[in-house]
Amino acid sequence: MNSQGSDLDGEAFAKEVDLPYCDLNVEALQVEIASELSSREYPREGVFAVRLAIEEALVNAYRHGNKKDSAKRVTFECVIDGHAALFEVGDEGRGFDLRSVPDPTDEANLEVPSGRGLLLMREYMTMVEFVPPGNRVRMSYRRLPE
Amino acid sequence: MAAQASRLKVSQIGAVTQIEFVDRNILDESNIQQISEEICALVDETPTPLVLIRFGNVEHLSSAALGALITINNRIKGKDGKLRLTEIDAQIREVFTITKLDKIFLIFDDADEAMASLV
Repeated sequence: MNSQGSDLDGEAFAKEVDLPYCDLNVEALQVEIASELSSREYPREGVFAVRLAIEEALVNAYRHGNKKDSAKRVTFECVIDGHAALFEVGDEGRGFDLRSVPDPTDEANLEVPSGRGLLLMREYMTMVEFVPPGNRVRMSYRRLPE
Repeated sequence: MAAQASRLKVSQIGAVTQIEFVDRNILDESNIQQISEEICALVDETPTPLVLIRFGNVEHLSSAALGALITINNRIKGKDGKLRLTEIDAQIREVFTITKLDKIFLIFDDADEAMASLV
């Protein structure tokens, strides 16, 4: 993964993780990413957005991609500079058809306990795209010019 | 095996069960599962549960936590009880708005108002 199109302000932070889900400390990863964003003076709402989106992407990879088999691997890559934070999360699953995901904000689905992760990722990140067949998600958060 | 420490602070105020969270981040799957089971157990042992959940300490909340709240709400409604949410941080409140869950949960800025609506 690279940060094409963004000028680097200072040194970019990059990280790659490829682990069975059971060996992944999601909270420690979120704290590390939040710290990198805060040190580059990303706004509080940006840190909140990224933290939430990382959580949702990793949980989706475990729950839906790897069918809750915590021995299966998830991959996580990120590049953060002063302008943007780019992420890629992958799982061992067969992917999915985005069109088959029900709208959780539909009146009929409001009281269904699951199915909001994708909505939140899309709302909070600048860009979210799934790489066919759907077992990798790319997301970016771009900082707005001040 | 040692019992897991509770992730909740629970107090009984008259007929109302008031719940606060120990964790600032309600994100982790296993923590959410534990929180959900603890609250559902409280609901199950009360004939008509009146529950106030205070989020004053909470900084992050995932969709899995929202799912747990829906499950808890459904359980409470099934017993003709009432659930109120209060002291939700503005950023987390936005999560409820985006997901339109502010249509199914009664959310109060002020804990006293939330309490008054329960009794």
